[in-house]
Amino acid sequence: MCLAIPARVTSINGMEAEAEVGGVTRRISIMLTPEVKVGDYVLLHTAYSISVVDEQEAKETLDILRQLV
Amino acid sequence: MKYIDEYRDPQLAERLVQKLRERSTRPARLMEFCGGHTVSVFRHGIRQLLPPTVEMLSGPGCPVCVTAIADLDKAILLTELPDIIVATFGDMLKVPGSRSSLRNARADGGDVRVVYSVHDALEIASGSTGKSVVFLGIGFETTAPTIAASLLEARQRGIKNFYVLSLHKLCPPVMKSILDLGEVNLNGIICPGHVSAIIGSTPYQFIPRDYGIACVVSGFEPLDILQSVYMLVEQVESGHPTVEIAYSRGVRPAGNVRALELLHTVFEVCDANWRGIGVVPASGLRLREEFSNFDAEKAFPVSHPPPREPKGCLCGEILRGVKTPLDCKFFSKKCTPDSPVGPCMVSHEGTCSAYYQYRGEDGG
Repeated sequence: MCLAIPARVTSINGMEAEAEVGGVTRRISIMLTPEVKVGDYVLLHTAYSISVVDEQEAKETLDILRQLV
Repeated sequence: MKYIDEYRDPQLAERLVQKLRERSTRPARLMEFCGGHTVSVFRHGIRQLLPPTVEMLSGPGCPVCVTAIADLDKAILLTELPDIIVATFGDMLKVPGSRSSLRNARADGGDVRVVYSVHDALEIASGSTGKSVVFLGIGFETTAPTIAASLLEARQRGIKNFYVLSLHKLCPPVMKSILDLGEVNLNGIICPGHVSAIIGSTPYQFIPRDYGIACVVSGFEPLDILQSVYMLVEQVESGHPTVEIAYSRGVRPAGNVRALELLHTVFEVCDANWRGIGVVPASGLRLREEFSNFDAEKAFPVSHPPPREPKGCLCGEILRGVKTPLDCKFFSKKCTPDSPVGPCMVSHEGTCSAYYQYRGEDGG
């Protein structure tokens, strides 16, 4: 139930935004992440973005994994 | 980057498993707290990849599964009141209450609507004059801020026929409660990823400090989980348990400050009744006095007869990690996803459902 999926924000209008998930555009609320910018990925939970995905951290995690193994 | 496929790379996973096998020498008993992790562990066959030293148990992190049967009975009774629409996430529909379920209540003429988001319930309220909409507030810290946001929006838009039955629950207090029960002997916990996106990683610090148990906040893709298991094993091997974040692309140590602010504007902490565990102090959320005009508990008090748990169902023990679905005589016989006896078979992320869906009907 705590499912959240990465979605890319394509437009913002106040506290509402449009985000693309697997080729489908959805209307979402950004009340919980007002700092989000167009082009950012967010974690989308029941039509609310709950976190802005940190691209740098995402890359570093993969780098760490590749170095580890 | 799309943040999915990169974390499903089979070659990287294979090498990580190899590394894990080399590193793990001591027994490591790990619990994945969150039902979303349970599903991922089963879907990707992760248990089968682990070395014999590493054992994984499933925890109580399924909000539908831990909703007390008395609270479910209350929700079902609400559907019998005139001019009430009960809006809920779909998972709740089939959970058997003491005497009925929301699905049966709907068949009996109750107006029960399944929504994808609390926002949909708010829109139903806004378009339904003369009727009241009660949203069943089921969920952990991940979901509670969205409910808070919807109530702030309802207040701002002057929507007065929208109510929430707040059954929200908090994860760190129940983790403490399970550890205090002392029934499961754990070395590490895979902490919930999206709960932690809201609360951060600091609320888990008491776990290594007071219980000597390792903690890693994990994402949900197979590489995320393997990496988290590796980090936990590393902590167990080094003998220095601490709290680490493997899911740093989505989780910051302080969490989502804005979401927490909204959550605490609308809700206050209270005791909560967990199915299979009982009343856990300071593990729930109720609406603050300033928001009491949205409180379904106050607007529509219902009295219900004492709840009846299904006899012989092991959901309680399974939620505490003490038993597995294979120990239950109903599993895949009397109890299946089509005809569930207990909540752990209903919810997609319930442990019984995960065993049934991904390990075959015999769960083996």
